[in-house]
Formats: sequence, structure tokens, C-alpha cells
Amino acid sequence: MSAATAERAAEYRPYTLVAELTYACPLRCVYCSNPVDYARHADALDTDTWLQVLRDAEALGVVQLNLTGGEPLLRKDLEALVAEAERLQLYTNLITSGIPATRERLARLRDLGLDNVQISVQDVAAPGADRIAGRRVFERKLRVARWVKELGLPLTLNIVLHRENLDRAEEMIAFAETLQADRLELANTQYLGWALVNRRALLPSAEQLARARATAAAARERLKGRMEILFVTPDYYVERPKACMDGWGRRFLLVSPDGLVLPCHLAHTLPGLAWESVRQRPLADIWHDSAALNTFRGEEWMPEPCRSCDRRTVDFGGCRCQAYHLTGSAAATDPTCALAPHHDLIEAARREAEAAARLPEAAATLVYRTARPLLPPA
Amino acid sequence: MSHDARPRLAPKARLRLDQKTNRYLLLYPEKGMQLNPTAADIVQLCTGEHTVEEIVSRLAEKYAPQPREVVEREVLSFLDALSERALVRTDP
Repeated sequence: MSAATAERAAEYRPYTLVAELTYACPLRCVYCSNPVDYARHADALDTDTWLQVLRDAEALGVVQLNLTGGEPLLRKDLEALVAEAERLQLYTNLITSGIPATRERLARLRDLGLDNVQISVQDVAAPGADRIAGRRVFERKLRVARWVKELGLPLTLNIVLHRENLDRAEEMIAFAETLQADRLELANTQYLGWALVNRRALLPSAEQLARARATAAAARERLKGRMEILFVTPDYYVERPKACMDGWGRRFLLVSPDGLVLPCHLAHTLPGLAWESVRQRPLADIWHDSAALNTFRGEEWMPEPCRSCDRRTVDFGGCRCQAYHLTGSAAATDPTCALAPHHDLIEAARREAEAAARLPEAAATLVYRTARPLLPPA
Repeated sequence: MSHDARPRLAPKARLRLDQKTNRYLLLYPEKGMQLNPTAADIVQLCTGEHTVEEIVSRLAEKYAPQPREVVEREVLSFLDALSERALVRTDP
């Protein structure tokens, strides 16, 4: 390998494979991160193809495997995938709604080498949680979380935050302590996919966000060594964009249910990029040579103010999907950056959230995830 | 961490050799840590059988002529850092 090739291979070495095994899910969460037109992407990979994906990903340098979806437990071949991941010494994290788990199946997955279970919980009590999930599942999720701990598996609780539940950060932490979660992710909604559709109902005010952040910070200190607490700020309230996915096509490799090799959950919603499938070419070839993946690698594509910004190697220009879905151009500076030409779009959304916070409390109208097109075709 | 504690790796963490760099990686949910050779030696001794004292002795032997106090400081600060992140445990 030449020095230049080696350097490039190190720069674009994936550490994590996000395996989106299916977009099907029993829940209808209003902030689902799957594409709004997810129903157009059918499950197209059989067990053998997924096994090959795991082997090829490991050979590329992947050491972490996120089995996710949709709901990964809907795949009947999850056992085969976990067993292969164990053989490959991958750190395997099952990211699930908890529905439809059984204790027996969780025990089987543990015995096959599953390393961690992450369960999403929408709130700390049934009414609020089930309203967001669009299904009466809260009580069942609790039972599943207890099984995970009883089986000796590490438990991550993931609670997605938004205007309706942010004021319950304290209760969420107590709830996670009761369940003896090893890790609590208090992750604010990122306003893409279904969450963008519901932004008007979900985006919090700056003040509400700051209170929850302070609560999480105090608990993190108190629970140090017992429970890890992660607080993720929504992009709409940062001054400089986050390094989305640690940079496009650098550390994360995602394979969608229909086999596309992507840098993130929503890249296939960007126009004009020809994504390639693992059914057509070996994964390593796609990872290194795919024209779509190479589009936003490096700095060539960057507009000003990114191109001359000293943070361009820190945040990589932010999130391409956010740029496209807000400005119509995937190559624009992420509008969450205070220096971005389209930052006014973010400020307008914040003002809208401030105004909503001053109104007397009323349940906002929510759009639930559905396979039906949101708009009739033009 | 006290000298007679017997640290062991938490169930949520796993150690593996990174074929690409020939270094050990400590993996845990959503994250990983590349370990230098000393750190990897320490983690490999976190089995719940060895006391901190014993781990220090083993490493002092291996990394002689480094003074024992230096090794001890390094072992303790690394174990404390891991313990703060709940990656090693000392409870029975």
C-alpha cells in the first residue's frame, strides 16, 4: 500500500456498522429517524447477504455493530447475525423498541454473544409515552427492560426529548435508576425525517432545554461510576454544527434494509446521488469508490464560509441532510451554524418555539409515522 | 481505588485486538478507546482475581527498570478513570 493510500484508508476507516435490518416497526413514533418515504425501501437482503456484510465490514475495520431498524427483532434471522458478529468479535448493540421481545429470545441472543441492549422509552409514564409512540406499548417496554437486567445484559435506556417531555428530565433519571440502566441517553429530537414534519409540535424553547441540560449535568456527577448519562442537544440550539456522523463517510457505515451503503440514516433522501447496493458490488469497493459517498468527503465540495473556516476539519460542514431538507441544497453550509447564510431558518424556528412556550398548554397535533405517502403525488 | 480492590471489567465492556493497528481496543456502547500497551496490560489483568497491588507488581516487573511508584501512579489513575466511566467494577 502506498503512503497516500494508507493515509486515505486510515482517514476513511469505518468503526461502526449501522445495520438497518428492516424499516418495519410496530411503533409509529412521531420523531422516527427513518425516511418519510421508508415504505419505498423494502427488506431486500437475505440472511446470507447480511452475514457477508458483517464479514466485509469487519475486514474494513468495523468493531462496533448496531443492529437497528425499524425494529430489528422483527427479523427472524437476528440469532444468526448475532452469532456471526460474536465470531468476528464485534461489539454488538441491539437497538430496539422492545416490541416484540420475549424473555426467551433475549436469553438466546445473550448466549450467542449480544453485548448490549438499547431500549427506547418515550416518557416515564404511559399516557405521554404512548401518545408519542402511537401505540399502547409503555408497560410492555418496562417489562422488557427488566428482563434485560435480570438476564445480566447491560441496558441502555434511550429517551428522546422534546417539548412535551423535557420538563420531566428529573423523573427520567429516577426512572432509569429504578431500572438500573447502565447508560441513559437523553437525546433531544433531531429535526429530520418524521421529526421535521412534527417540528412545530416538538421543538423546545431555549429555556426549557437549558433546565433539562442542567438537571442532566447534576445527575451525571451524582451517578458517576454507576450510570452513564448522555445529554444530546438538538442541532437547532448549537452555535456551531456538530460533526454529523463524525464526518460524512468516515467512521460510520450504514446499510439500509434494501442494501444501500450509506454514510447516515437519511442520505438516500438527498437528490442526485446514485447509492450502490451490497447486492451489486463488494462492500469494500462501494465504501472506497462509490461516487455518492465520495461526493461530500474531503473539502472540495465545501462552500464558504466552510471552505476557509478553521473548524472545517472539526465539524466537516455539519449535516448534509439538514442542509438539504432546510435549504434545498445538500452542499450548503448546515444552517444550524451561526455563520451559515441560511441560519435565519433556524432562528425563525427558535422564535416559533419561544412563542409556543408562552401559550397556555394545549396538546399539539402530531403526525404519526405511516407507510402512506404524506402528500399526494404531484 | 484501594490497593486490595480486585477490579474486573464491567459486562458492558469488551477488549479486542484491532487488526488494523495491532493495538487493543476497549469497546463499550457507542464508543471505543484505543489502549497503549501498558493500558492493555492493565485491562487484561482486570479479571476480578488480582488485587490492584498485584497488578502494580506485575507491571513493575514487566516494565523494569521503571520505578514502582511511577508504575503505581499510572495503574491507579487509569483504573480510576475506567471506574468513573463504569468500565471496571470492584464490588464482589
